[in-house]
Amino acid sequence: MTTWTSPAISSMRLERPRSLAHALDLLEADRGLTPMAGCTDLYVGIHFGSLKQRRFLDLQPLASLRKIQKRPDGTLVLGALVTYSQCLDSPLVARALPMLASAAKEIGGVQIRNRGTLGGNLGNASPAGDTLPVFLAADATVVLASARGVRRVPISQFFLGYRKTARRHNELITEIEVPPIAGKQWFRKVGTRAANAISKVVAAGVRGEGITFALGAVAPVAMRAYAAECALGSALPLSEAHRALRSEITPIDDLRSTAAYRARTACALLTQFWSETR
Amino acid sequence: MPPRPRRPRPLSVVGTSPPRLEGAAKVAGTARYVDDLEFPGLLLGRTIRSTVPRGELLGWSMGRRPRGLHVVSAADIPGRNAIALLEPDQPCLVRREIRHAAEPVLLLAHEDRDALASVAVELRERPRKAQLDVRASRSFCKEILIEKGNLSRGFARADRIVEGEYTTGHQEQLYVETQGVIAVPEKDGVTIYGSLQCPYYVQKALVELLSLPPERVRIIQVETGGGFGGKEEYPSMIAGHAALLALKSGRPVKLVYDRSEDMLATTKRHPSIVRHKTGVRRDGSLTAMQIDVLLDAGAYVTLSPVVLSRGVLHAAGPYRCEDVQILGRAAMTNTPPNGAFRGFGAPQTQFAVEVHMERIAEALGIDPLELRRRNALRPGDTTATGQRLGADCSALPCLESAVRRSRFVARRRAIEKHNAKARVSGGPLRGIGLALFFHGSGFTGAGEVKLASRAALELTPTGARILVASTEIGQGTRTILSQIVAEELGWPLSRIEVADPDTREVPDSGPTVASRTCMIVGEILRRCAQSLKRALGRMTPRQYLAKNGPLVVTEQYDRPKSMHWDDVHYRGDAYGAYGYGCDVIELEIDPVTAEVRPAEVTAVQDIGRAIHPVLAAGQIEGGTAQGIAFALAEEVVMRDGRMANAQLTNYAVPTPLDTPPMQVEILEFPYGHGPFGAKGVGEMPIDGPSPAVVNALRHAGLDIRDIPAVPERIAGLVDSMRGAAT
Repeated sequence: MTTWTSPAISSMRLERPRSLAHALDLLEADRGLTPMAGCTDLYVGIHFGSLKQRRFLDLQPLASLRKIQKRPDGTLVLGALVTYSQCLDSPLVARALPMLASAAKEIGGVQIRNRGTLGGNLGNASPAGDTLPVFLAADATVVLASARGVRRVPISQFFLGYRKTARRHNELITEIEVPPIAGKQWFRKVGTRAANAISKVVAAGVRGEGITFALGAVAPVAMRAYAAECALGSALPLSEAHRALRSEITPIDDLRSTAAYRARTACALLTQFWSETR
Repeated sequence: MPPRPRRPRPLSVVGTSPPRLEGAAKVAGTARYVDDLEFPGLLLGRTIRSTVPRGELLGWSMGRRPRGLHVVSAADIPGRNAIALLEPDQPCLVRREIRHAAEPVLLLAHEDRDALASVAVELRERPRKAQLDVRASRSFCKEILIEKGNLSRGFARADRIVEGEYTTGHQEQLYVETQGVIAVPEKDGVTIYGSLQCPYYVQKALVELLSLPPERVRIIQVETGGGFGGKEEYPSMIAGHAALLALKSGRPVKLVYDRSEDMLATTKRHPSIVRHKTGVRRDGSLTAMQIDVLLDAGAYVTLSPVVLSRGVLHAAGPYRCEDVQILGRAAMTNTPPNGAFRGFGAPQTQFAVEVHMERIAEALGIDPLELRRRNALRPGDTTATGQRLGADCSALPCLESAVRRSRFVARRRAIEKHNAKARVSGGPLRGIGLALFFHGSGFTGAGEVKLASRAALELTPTGARILVASTEIGQGTRTILSQIVAEELGWPLSRIEVADPDTREVPDSGPTVASRTCMIVGEILRRCAQSLKRALGRMTPRQYLAKNGPLVVTEQYDRPKSMHWDDVHYRGDAYGAYGYGCDVIELEIDPVTAEVRPAEVTAVQDIGRAIHPVLAAGQIEGGTAQGIAFALAEEVVMRDGRMANAQLTNYAVPTPLDTPPMQVEILEFPYGHGPFGAKGVGEMPIDGPSPAVVNALRHAGLDIRDIPAVPERIAGLVDSMRGAAT
């Protein structure tokens, strides 16, 4: 008679906090703890064996981070655990930040939209993250909490490099604050297919008194196209705005697209943004 | 329309669309696939693969070995270290020579997934210069020459000569269920449970690999989540691996690939380069066709000679021409071997001829529709191999029906008006394109005679049980074969059962490939039903069994007497029957992104007889969607001889949102030797969409000769056509 050894117990560890304060204490105590929300990025890493982390902080119990609210001053406050599906269903988002709803609609499929969160999209900081150009164009603020207090970082200073953010190991993204936006909002994603696709180029813009235009997947980080905005704002010909845009983006060839295609499409999107928000 | 055969009585089961027999289990999630099966003491298997596209294996070393790890190398193979198919050139495990960068070298098995994954193996490989350019390869595993008439006479009669070169890329089958098997060691042999198309192919391969007699190698097909040709040959490899591990460890071994390994290591559609030189008269009639077909076979022969064969046999398209020369070659490169994929060479060569027809029309300044009308094969015409076509040759009726249904002429005019405006305003451009095509059903030439397939019917107390090795892989085999038998016996469908394909239970009815299951195996089964009916006389099955004991009726393939094939000179009747089809595709090009969006598809296909119209239409819709993606989206990125985008996120198969509305019409020009007139339907739908798409792009103003026409490749053309998109 042979006896089989029982399957090994998982080498991963999962912490389930009772409250936000508890979660922040756990983060303070363990540098190696990785926050997880919808897991739509983490599970890909686990599946491919590329994820080195072994200890995780499950944010799902933190119901307070699921809210979408509007402050009296008009600021839209999106909890870090707000899902893409919630964005699609929210009248507040539809009114104040329709370009976020447009982005949410084109992310993944229904299952991904039910799981994936805004905080996760920011924290993962993929250059192709679809909501990142939206928050950049909206001049949003990322609220970071730790056991020591709360810190507000303008989104333009949040992304430091390829998948690197200003979040410290003991901090959690708790909210995203979006100031009232005056002007027309615009969003477009260019993926490898009509759904369930990762962006080859993604862009969001606002045209009102000021002009903002942000892009994803054309540089190591999602970025504001300041030079192109400036060219558009000073009523230079579009060709000047294109030249400016090409000077500030650094697209690459990868498995999904080419640098040349990304550059010409970024320019074409700028043109389309400009003509459709007239 | 040609006369249809007189029917003895109206059909009551054939031609209806009952729910598919295993449909409820699949929808409810109770159908059990390989990965759902459990056995006591089951081990999990893992494959260690080469990392260089060409070189020599000098040795290997292994880090810490967890207790209970089993390791198999080439030295453990009891029989011949080869995957038996056409040629014995492909080893089951590398001994020394490495010919591509995903070759199996070592096999590991352990009961714990994490422990198995943690084993670090280092291969010592001496790389050598790899041949990754098919045009530069001088090593051909097959050459075929088809000659009809006299080419120089044909060119001499021509007013114009039009030349062109057309290329297609790899395509991944992307069955939903990845490759997987379980091998169970038996007292005196091995049993394989697998996701596969051809149980007897796997048996043949394992008999040689393991040096066992066939009766001790039992192959059972379990519920299979798609194949598209990808499970024709590769299951012999993965089953061999699992069997070696099972025999060495003495325990059942499950080997199931994840998606990346499946895409990296298994076969794909052969990339092709096809050159046409065509003589044509001013009125559009073709006087000479010279066609050169080059396929990239990859590192081993696998099925490339027969893929090439089907490719060249379809290379002239469904057109009449007296002076034809077709030269086909399959060249070896140091990439994973390419193999069977729905269409089997015909989508590549018919892409070329149909795109070329558009260029001929352009060169002559005549309507491409008229060009096709003038040259389409008619009953009594001969193909490039000299096969004289019968009354069921329906190329023209397919063309006319598709043109009518899609309102091709009116839409073409409307689109030209639209584009004239869009070119000024910068809006999306549209295009409409058409492709006429055909597809031979069953094995080529004498192939069916050599196969000598058998099928059987067993009498049960309540009806009959079908015994065939033909597999259900999502296309509806169980249901349509039951319909054919029920119809012939005059019984309701509920009285027919289907045995699981298990080499211990069912006769060898040949592989489930080549659009042959319905037409060839279905006809053998119909004859079984005829014999059974005769044997029963007026008795009920119960009465018969009580009186005479068990009854199993077996029939074998019977060559239509008029069919002749010369395999040396490639002359004669290449296929028992041809289906015909015509696709019309309308599309839109977004100037901002250079993305092409198919907007509407009309697919008209003659399949002889639709045994189950809903399933048949499903085959047409699915094949059409797959064919459109072949043209527009699915790009295998090869780097250093490896598929670099072997992930579903980076290899873009279409979703329903990418799939346009389709209007499907089935025509029925019956084939006298098919069951109730049926021809094949599985593969033909993928032949037409890619040229129809590219012809629509041409109509919109884009000169494209290479697919996939992904936005990255066509953006330059889109921009220059519009001045500048920016």
